[in-house]
Amino acid sequence: MTADTLFTGVRIVGAGVDLTGDLLVRDGVIVDFGPSLGRPDGAVVVHEDGAVLCPGLVDMRAALGEPGYEYRETIASAAIAAAAGGITTLAALPDTKPAIDDPALVRLLVSRGEDTGSLTILPYGAVTRGCKGEELAELGLLHEAGAIGFTDGGRAIGSSRLMRIALSYARGFGARIIQHPEDPSLSAGGAATESEAATRLGLPGIPAAAEALMVMRDIRLAALTGGAVHFAHVSTGEALDLIRRAKADGLAVTCDTAPPYFDLNETAIGEFRTYAKLSPPLRREEDRLAVLAALADGTIDAIASDHQPRDADDKRLPFAQAAPGGCGLATLLGVTLAYVHNGSLSLPAAIELLTARPAALLGSAAGRIARGAVADLCLFHPERIWKVEEGKLPGKAQNSPFDGRALEGVVLGTWKGGRRVFG
Amino acid sequence: MFYRRKHLLAIEGLEPPEISQLLDLAESYVLLNRSGKTQRDLLRGRTLINLFFEDSTRTRTSFELAGKRLGADVINMSVSTSSVNKGETLLDTAATLNAMQCDLLVVRHGQSGAPNLLAQKVDAAVINAGDGTHEHPTQALLDALTIKRHKGRISGLTIAICGDIMHSRVARSNIHLLTTMGCQVRVVGPPTLMPNGIADLGVSVFNDMKAGLEGADIVMMLRLQRERMERGPVPSPREFFRFWGLDAEKLAYAKPDALVMHPGPMNRGVEIDSAIADHPTRSVIKEQVEMGVAVRMAVLDVLARGQGRNDR
Repeated sequence: MTADTLFTGVRIVGAGVDLTGDLLVRDGVIVDFGPSLGRPDGAVVVHEDGAVLCPGLVDMRAALGEPGYEYRETIASAAIAAAAGGITTLAALPDTKPAIDDPALVRLLVSRGEDTGSLTILPYGAVTRGCKGEELAELGLLHEAGAIGFTDGGRAIGSSRLMRIALSYARGFGARIIQHPEDPSLSAGGAATESEAATRLGLPGIPAAAEALMVMRDIRLAALTGGAVHFAHVSTGEALDLIRRAKADGLAVTCDTAPPYFDLNETAIGEFRTYAKLSPPLRREEDRLAVLAALADGTIDAIASDHQPRDADDKRLPFAQAAPGGCGLATLLGVTLAYVHNGSLSLPAAIELLTARPAALLGSAAGRIARGAVADLCLFHPERIWKVEEGKLPGKAQNSPFDGRALEGVVLGTWKGGRRVFG
Repeated sequence: MFYRRKHLLAIEGLEPPEISQLLDLAESYVLLNRSGKTQRDLLRGRTLINLFFEDSTRTRTSFELAGKRLGADVINMSVSTSSVNKGETLLDTAATLNAMQCDLLVVRHGQSGAPNLLAQKVDAAVINAGDGTHEHPTQALLDALTIKRHKGRISGLTIAICGDIMHSRVARSNIHLLTTMGCQVRVVGPPTLMPNGIADLGVSVFNDMKAGLEGADIVMMLRLQRERMERGPVPSPREFFRFWGLDAEKLAYAKPDALVMHPGPMNRGVEIDSAIADHPTRSVIKEQVEMGVAVRMAVLDVLARGQGRNDR
């Protein structure tokens, strides 16, 4: 029996909730919240002037180093970084080694998450065996074992026929297909968005249209099959226009983006900075602004970290040979808050993009402030400043595309099932 | 003394006085080389390493000769590109070079930005001798010197760079140098070999060769990389030659005294007709090679002087 925790005098923000007052946690559950609650005997009182209390963040897209890439990151180190970033629920990508294409591996990831005591891991299952894009994996068995959706991770499902089958078959289990929207025949060998900047650096380009082409195709296939498609880390205005229209047409189409795509553009590459090599590649400024507009108008359903741990050997290479991807657990909240501070998003809208909306897509009950809800909580100070510095980030992975950036918004504490796991 | 950078990694970003200084110094080395005199004490005791991850007899020999003429100890290192992890080789090599007390490091690498990466890790002054499809700064300098010696100036000339612009580091370095020095630069070639956003580098884009050569002072041909052809940007060498190969008929659209240049090695009958390549008055291709040695002497000289100032 742990003591009650009473948060007092904080701004409480969650889906449908925005008030300043108190919130009481008992036995790992939110029992009450309101403008003023009484203080139970023995309760631990938490108060910080100007702090915001929100549901623990729900990150719907992150790669873990386990199994197979422990040199990049272990689940234990990812859990430390997640807790420091206010994340309490994380959907893990299946393109590991081996790929998550077997029910036993799904159960393994769930239990490894439970072992951390601070992070719920919701595994995605592979769409195809080994995430190789050839044969359909056992989606039904994976679903039964707890897979919360299907994706081949950073690899696009290139074959139209295979995507049709996957959408159609997954629909029978009420599951979504999460697509990395990039036409693989156009992106093969590319290292940066095709543009003046890439031309100056002599880097092989990927046309921005590679994203829109795949989105266009999959929207047609969603219409054909009645299946649900979700586009991950959408980064171009053209693709977002297509998604906006498909949503208006009533199709089961959703999408997320990640902080690099609304905070950075291709100029972050500078002189061959491999930490800014991402997949999809950073885009032109007009695309960054289009992503921001789509966050504001609701076209984008969630902000995910798109965490891709890499070690120095993956990155200290000539740009085209370096592994793409940036770590993102610790910076998810801070970078998003920059766009609350500059007026692009309201605080409640930003919090929903990080909690209730991704939770709904994952079929999870997490991400809500409600009486009776599990007390997964994040307390942060929106105005305090910290600097992203390689070598000082929590967890193992240090490959942040935001290295050197000052962020306004410091996580003061993270609670998992009512237990303080950070701060 | 204008050029105060530690390395020569790219032409992009250089200011006109820096370029002029290198060209003027190179010109003095042309005269010195022709007079048969030597200046073997300038780089005495310094070590120059030619580190080539790609084969290139011409550029490597040119740097070797330049280094030896100035009295440096020159070592040639060829690194196999077939090793599985090239990146590890690159940084391991950097550590080795530091241990060898290398002063001047000439690097050619198949990956854009590899010299920039090395420059972060080695103590030596790094000279980019061609990286991927990024830059080849000494080639642009030797082209500029060749032009200047024939035309008496660089500024105000109209220069057509023709062929595979997309995969050419020579084209990029020349575009930066020539636009910086006040030329009208045109790029000419099929749309599939034009990189995205090239016009934003300050050039005019032509797909029609004759229109692109109209009134040009200089016609700069590029090598068509045969291995890139297989990936489909052009259907066949003969089709390329028909539309973008330089022959007498197309050259007639340029000015009557227009000069023909090529960085070599040439694919005769693909991007250039032999009669043009060997033309006694129009082709300056052989002279480009001579200018190469002088330009590289100037570059080595300037970078070594910079090191002297830094108490090396």
